[in-house]
Amino acid sequence: MKALGTPQKYKKMKKCSGQTVYPGQVFKKSPLRVKNFSIWLCYDSRSSIHNICQEYQDLTTVGGVTQCHGAMGAQHHAQAHRIQIMKVKETAARKCCPPAAKQFHSSKIKFLLPHRVLCHQHKPRFTTKRPNTFF
Amino acid sequence: MMFKCFIEVGQVAYISFGLHAGRMVQIIDAIDQKGALVDGPCIQVRRYIMPFKFMELTDFILKFPHSARPKYVGQAWQKADTSRKCAAMGWVKKIKARERKAKMTDFDHYKVMKPEAGLEPTNHEVMT
Repeated sequence: MKALGTPQKYKKMKKCSGQTVYPGQVFKKSPLRVKNFSIWLCYDSRSSIHNICQEYQDLTTVGGVTQCHGAMGAQHHAQAHRIQIMKVKETAARKCCPPAAKQFHSSKIKFLLPHRVLCHQHKPRFTTKRPNTFF
Repeated sequence: MMFKCFIEVGQVAYISFGLHAGRMVQIIDAIDQKGALVDGPCIQVRRYIMPFKFMELTDFILKFPHSARPKYVGQAWQKADTSRKCAAMGWVKKIKARERKAKMTDFDHYKVMKPEAGLEPTNHEVMT
């Protein structure tokens, strides 16, 4: 089953298919405050269509949606053209459901960074020493 | 080997590469497994999300509530005298010495080589 709408269709706006709501730049709401975004989306998997709700923490809506696209691609192999974002809403921390989101809501959050994989893999590209992963 | 440094609110981190590389910032809040909200109000670093792989943790932990405003984060930094403590750390000193050595001119090399000439090197590496 094909997705209902494609990006090409969204970009082509004819006068009869839409109207200008606001002709100015829409600024980010509070880009310095961490927010929880609930994103309702409909995506095409290989066999069927699903409606799901995902939750992400970010500073801006744009950032939250970017995370969502990345996560959907990684977890469900759903590329952007198979995803339709239906609603993005900032939610309070206490209303978030998934434990993966709730574990970062603790005010006394504390965790390790164990086994830190080398970032500069090509500096140097050839070496005789094993990299240090404890720092 | 025991882990001593954790990602927690108030942890001072050194930015090893990327934007603002070479500076010390405080962790304000952990966003997810990939990054944290960091801020450096005393060094004019604006609040932003930095991935964990760009940061190296130090031993200093400041006291302020999570997602505190820059004013209180700056106050905590000054109260703990963190700038001086960070500059006194061994590996920070080595990084600074390496940077100064890289900026040495040929004349500076001569000045270091011939201290009896009585010329004070300007960008010299401290020979310990």
